[in-house]
Amino acid sequence: MTALLELQGLVAGYGGGDILLGIDLTVEEGSLTCIVGPNGAGKSTLLRVVSGLLKPTRGSVRFRRESIAALSPRAILNRGIVQVPQERSLFPTMTVWENVRLGAYTVRDRGLVERRLAAVGETFPIVKERRNELAASLSGGQQKIVEFARALMLDPTLLILDEPSMGLDPKTRTTVFNTIRSMNDAGHTLLLVEQNARSGLGIATHGVVMESGRVRLQGPGPEVLSNPEIGRLYLGAA
Amino acid sequence: MSLLQVDHLSKRFGGVVAVDDCTLSIPAGGITGLIGPNGSGKTTIFNLITGFIAKDEGQITFKSQLLDGLGPDRVYERGIGRTFQLARIFPRLTALENLLVPIRRKGLRALFSRAGWSHERSKAMEMLEFLEIAQVAGALGGSLSYGQRKLLELGAVMMAEPELVLLDEPAGGVNPALLERIADRLRTLNERGTSFLIVEHNMSFVMNLCSEVIVVHRGRQIASGKPDAVRNDPAVLDAYLGA
Repeated sequence: MTALLELQGLVAGYGGGDILLGIDLTVEEGSLTCIVGPNGAGKSTLLRVVSGLLKPTRGSVRFRRESIAALSPRAILNRGIVQVPQERSLFPTMTVWENVRLGAYTVRDRGLVERRLAAVGETFPIVKERRNELAASLSGGQQKIVEFARALMLDPTLLILDEPSMGLDPKTRTTVFNTIRSMNDAGHTLLLVEQNARSGLGIATHGVVMESGRVRLQGPGPEVLSNPEIGRLYLGAA
Repeated sequence: MSLLQVDHLSKRFGGVVAVDDCTLSIPAGGITGLIGPNGSGKTTIFNLITGFIAKDEGQITFKSQLLDGLGPDRVYERGIGRTFQLARIFPRLTALENLLVPIRRKGLRALFSRAGWSHERSKAMEMLEFLEIAQVAGALGGSLSYGQRKLLELGAVMMAEPELVLLDEPAGGVNPALLERIADRLRTLNERGTSFLIVEHNMSFVMNLCSEVIVVHRGRQIASGKPDAVRNDPAVLDAYLGA
């Protein structure tokens, strides 16, 4: 296994103090890594650092062995790290096809864009079937899958999904998580941050539990989920 | 004997059922924690109790009297105070003046009249000293640090001498040293007779401070009891880890 993203001794925070208190974390190439943890653990802050929106106070962020901590968000995107945000982000009055095509906005090669568009259409049937409909007419779960398709238009080396389960009912959530798993099966390296620990760890090749700015527990997703320690991390120690 | 009783309370926002036939009981004289995963309905329950939003169904009883249809000001007059996730204070009044507003029922004009307010003033100073922020008594609210604002907001609520105070995330964004101080002050206020109901995500804060913990999930109570019992309840962990 090759390390794709490596965080070492990462400390970061905002004006009021540090939120991340020394994070060591490796995302292996080809893995589906899922980070869970109670509110305030620092999950969102970690994503902000990886995508270049927040500069770390200390520690290193390396992507393919190269330090990216000082790079702008745009430069990090160009390195191949693409993030799908937590909230709905499709343009509601544009069609599904137009939304997906926008994902390749920075790609100049029109032939390449068409080839990728055809490929995501095959990967995600919903994109092809509903391509001429407005994004707003899709259900929440369908919109999430179209967002995944849009992110794949950049052929990311690392795809980050920030709380894909947010606002989805249980049945739709299962569909979305099956889609996430099949993206990983198809070879994409995924870093997932998830509020729903059961759904996220259940499909993760590597599970990570953060609490109070530190990594407290890690291992294969299902094993982490069945570790009794996770209860103490979520519900507080005696 | 329960101080506050919530019976079959429901509240919908469009298609979302935020509070669903919720029944819970807050004992007199305690510090009760109200916890639950994100989106479980905690803040909505707070807003229903304090009259900030109107219920769809059910009833809320405080000291055996119905709070039906009362607005926030009337609920406050009945003896229920509250704080907010982000401290709400008057930025253009000094810290001391912030504490005088709640006891000056006649409003701001009376506050600045200076006639016969020395008693209230000394009471406010005592409160600032109790919260260890007396050094900023003359500073404008807007110039205070985040932690000082939280303490000031608590002080302002306490000035009206409520019997029950609802605290919405008192530990949110607060450093560990201040957290200790807030917990300590709350214990003292509780010993002096004020009951508290606390919504909080910081579990060690809740488990160490509260005499009783109520867990809500999907808009209704799924567990209640002593912190240790709740922490070891498999249904509670299930709710936190997601189905």
